[in-house]
Amino acid sequence: MKVPVTVTVNGQVYQREVEPRMLLVHFLRDVLGLTGTHVGCDTSQCGACVVLMDGKAVKSCTVFAVQADGSQITTIEGLARDDQLHPLQEGFWEMHGLQCGFCTPGMILSAYDLLQRNPNPTDEEIRHALEGNYCRCTGYHNIVRAVRYAAEKLRVQA
Amino acid sequence: MATRYFGVAMKRREDPRFITGRGTYVDDLTLPGLVYAAMVRSPHAHARIQAIHKEKALKHPGVIAVFTGKDMVDSGVKSLPCGWLLPGMKLPPHYPMAVDKVRHVGEIVAVVIAEDRYTAEDAARLVEVEYEVLPAVADGAKALQPGAPAVHDEAPDNVCFRWSIGDKEKTEEAFRRAHKTVKLELVNQRLIPNAIEPRAAMAQYNPATDEYTLWVTSQNPHVHRLLMAAFVLGIPEHKLRVISPDVGGGFGSKIFLYPEETIVTWAARQVGRPVKWTARRMESFVSDAHGRDHITEAELAVDEKGKVLGMRVKTIANLGAYLSTFAPAIPTYLYGTLLSGQYEIPTIYCEVTGVFTHTTPVDAYRGAGRPEATYVVERLMDIAARELGEDPAEFRRKNFIPPDKFPYQTPVALQYDSGNYEGALNKALEIIHYKELRRQQEELRKQGRYIGIGLSCYIEACGIAPSQVVGSLGAQAGLWESALVRVHPTGKVTVYTGSHTHGQGHETAFAQIVADELGIPIEDVEIVHGDTGSVPFGMGTYGSRSAPVGGSAIVLSLQKIKEKARKIAAHLLEAAEEDVVFEDGKFYVKGVPDRFKTFQEVALQAYLAHNYPPGLEPGLEASSFYDPKNFTFPFGTHICVVEVDPETGKVKILRYVAVDDAGRIINPLIAEGQVHGGIAQGVGQALLEGAVYDENAQLLSASMLDYALPRADDLPSFEIDHTVTPCPHNPLGVKGIGETGTIAATAAVVNAVMDALAPFGIRHIDMPLTPEKIWRAIREARAA
Ligand code: FES
Ligand code: FES
Repeated sequence: MKVPVTVTVNGQVYQREVEPRMLLVHFLRDVLGLTGTHVGCDTSQCGACVVLMDGKAVKSCTVFAVQADGSQITTIEGLARDDQLHPLQEGFWEMHGLQCGFCTPGMILSAYDLLQRNPNPTDEEIRHALEGNYCRCTGYHNIVRAVRYAAEKLRVQA
Repeated sequence: MATRYFGVAMKRREDPRFITGRGTYVDDLTLPGLVYAAMVRSPHAHARIQAIHKEKALKHPGVIAVFTGKDMVDSGVKSLPCGWLLPGMKLPPHYPMAVDKVRHVGEIVAVVIAEDRYTAEDAARLVEVEYEVLPAVADGAKALQPGAPAVHDEAPDNVCFRWSIGDKEKTEEAFRRAHKTVKLELVNQRLIPNAIEPRAAMAQYNPATDEYTLWVTSQNPHVHRLLMAAFVLGIPEHKLRVISPDVGGGFGSKIFLYPEETIVTWAARQVGRPVKWTARRMESFVSDAHGRDHITEAELAVDEKGKVLGMRVKTIANLGAYLSTFAPAIPTYLYGTLLSGQYEIPTIYCEVTGVFTHTTPVDAYRGAGRPEATYVVERLMDIAARELGEDPAEFRRKNFIPPDKFPYQTPVALQYDSGNYEGALNKALEIIHYKELRRQQEELRKQGRYIGIGLSCYIEACGIAPSQVVGSLGAQAGLWESALVRVHPTGKVTVYTGSHTHGQGHETAFAQIVADELGIPIEDVEIVHGDTGSVPFGMGTYGSRSAPVGGSAIVLSLQKIKEKARKIAAHLLEAAEEDVVFEDGKFYVKGVPDRFKTFQEVALQAYLAHNYPPGLEPGLEASSFYDPKNFTFPFGTHICVVEVDPETGKVKILRYVAVDDAGRIINPLIAEGQVHGGIAQGVGQALLEGAVYDENAQLLSASMLDYALPRADDLPSFEIDHTVTPCPHNPLGVKGIGETGTIAATAAVVNAVMDALAPFGIRHIDMPLTPEKIWRAIREARAA
């Protein structure tokens, strides 16, 4: 039995029929072809799958596609506007906040959520906020710098 | 060569695609008609397969096929090969799917192919397997005890090999003469690599051309192709193309030929449709090759002046249920040969017993053998210093190989190329204000606060490896590297390298080398890797070999390109070849720099080839195979400062200083990133990580819920510095830096914690140093 869902992803409306048990992450990746959102675990530990749902970071592997019905989703593909990198994307690039890049979309979107709540976080607050995201490559050192970079830039812009 | 790029901390050119979600990892790919594979895995560590019933699964809507190990073997599929053979080693067969018995939890017994991945997973649960459960053993030492259940009939005592290195007699003699001996029993626990991208494979078979294409998470696609085509599936190598696109971390775990990728390649032909499999994380835990897992007894003999006289090491290395691709090399030649560390040790003797157990196979994980060796050496040095009442830094300094003794021949086979160990130590001590820190430590102790300072002066053998040497040691392959440099008529350049990136930034670092050598803008250079369809045969990326071996192969090709281009330029300038100078992208006649031809003009002429002198061949491309003369030997000193809370046993890292010497550095930004990541994995082993098997060889730590990887919160910021002692035997002077952090960090952290616990009389606790273990040790110490 399939059920209809309507979701706005990165500003575009999609209507699809899906199995009720389909996870949002598979909906994004396999149905919509937005493969920037990654799957790293089965237990909601790694954060590779984080997207913004109505502006808040969620692990898209713990949300069913049907639960996202009617919501606004932002994935990493939708973060840059008019070909302008988001300051977080820029920060990760400038500060070498990624190596293999697999955790990066989830990291960026988790950090996005943090900066919305706390535009001027300390290093400790950044580390704490990223507790739900694993990176196996960078040792987090440069990820923290990347988020700080973005925070500063966003404050200047604001 | 003008260096406009080499040595510059350039941002990575690969990053834009990753930060915008446009990277292409295997699981991102799809094909028309794609179907999905789900593996049916054994829940038992050791069991006889009595029957497999496919019927229910086959009846499930959407299921296309179910195959078992017998189906594969009946169609001629052979055992997965082992790429490193030791004398007298037992090599039991390892079929992609178990045929008669399963030997570890997670071993594959059947595969279900279905229209989508949900259906495949559903139907995998409907495959009924009748098992006769047998007793199992997970621990390497227990597997050696009489009466332990045998993993393979071929090795009833579970011994795969017994191996030794060094002079036994001479070492015994050193211990007889010793003023003092220090003994340590330690466990280097089993780790699970956990690249955040799970392994994945997608295969397609084209009956019209009889060709296979396999997309796979691989650190070395050519090796995957060779092993799979020639040894397992028996298909011609040129009919199999292996593509490894973006790879989300590997740390060794993506070097090896695994059952799953072999199964999907074979199955794609059986079902006539492309097949994809992506590991769930739980599958990664039971099927990715694990790392480490040593039980060791080590001893150091010291004379009255505090000079080390000799070292004796006995290790049981748990290999798991089967021999993974490079398994035998790790606890032998990549371990025993590193036991001299940075020290002048007159004699060393090391014995290793490789053991089969009912656990997931063990193979190279970041550092591979060298972290295990460094841990032994650096723990022993620390304990010896303490028991002799010497400062651990001074004790090490006294025993260093002095800078004027290089090249230095160790008693365990290796010849170190270059080094200045005191230089790195001094720098690290200076950065951390060692003397002052020791004073503070004393003071804080009086206030009941337990600060610990831990040193790790490591050495590693990188740039793997001289083919002749590894061949004589049992490698079934040469470990050179290839590079093809193709100059296009417009002077743009494509480089095809046999090494492969899984996060190390080759596209940037290699382009820096090429742009400098040819004097062209870096934007004009493209680096291609990871596709056997376009890249000449190469050996891939592991053992920090990409820069020293892969980079050197590129340089050799660039030299050929420049030679050829000079011939063309000489012709165009109507000058003798010897008189033509190439500088900053321009060819000119010696002394007449304003009459020149640019590299781009020469490139165009290479392809136009009008009015060429006889004997000059058109075109401008060159390929090379570089075989290193020696390993490279990066080294350094890491110092970790911790505070232990005696009430909770919790360790907090206060500072972490790393001074590494990896020779010349191509891109400091990338190099530092590698060090950060490496330290994180070393700290992970020291404090958090560890595979836990129960008495029945069930893996208890089989998910990210149960296996503690370091999170941002667990780690400090790192203070990184360098010294530079160029590698004398490769054209770039580079040594490789991918593993230094992991090799150094475990010992630094454990030494720091033990230093903090010294007032309690605690001498050693095995890793991971969890709060509970420390808390118990303190409680026991206080009670005693
Ligand atoms: S895939 Fe969602 S948290 Fe790991
Ligand atoms: S960059 Fe590889 S996991 Fe974070």
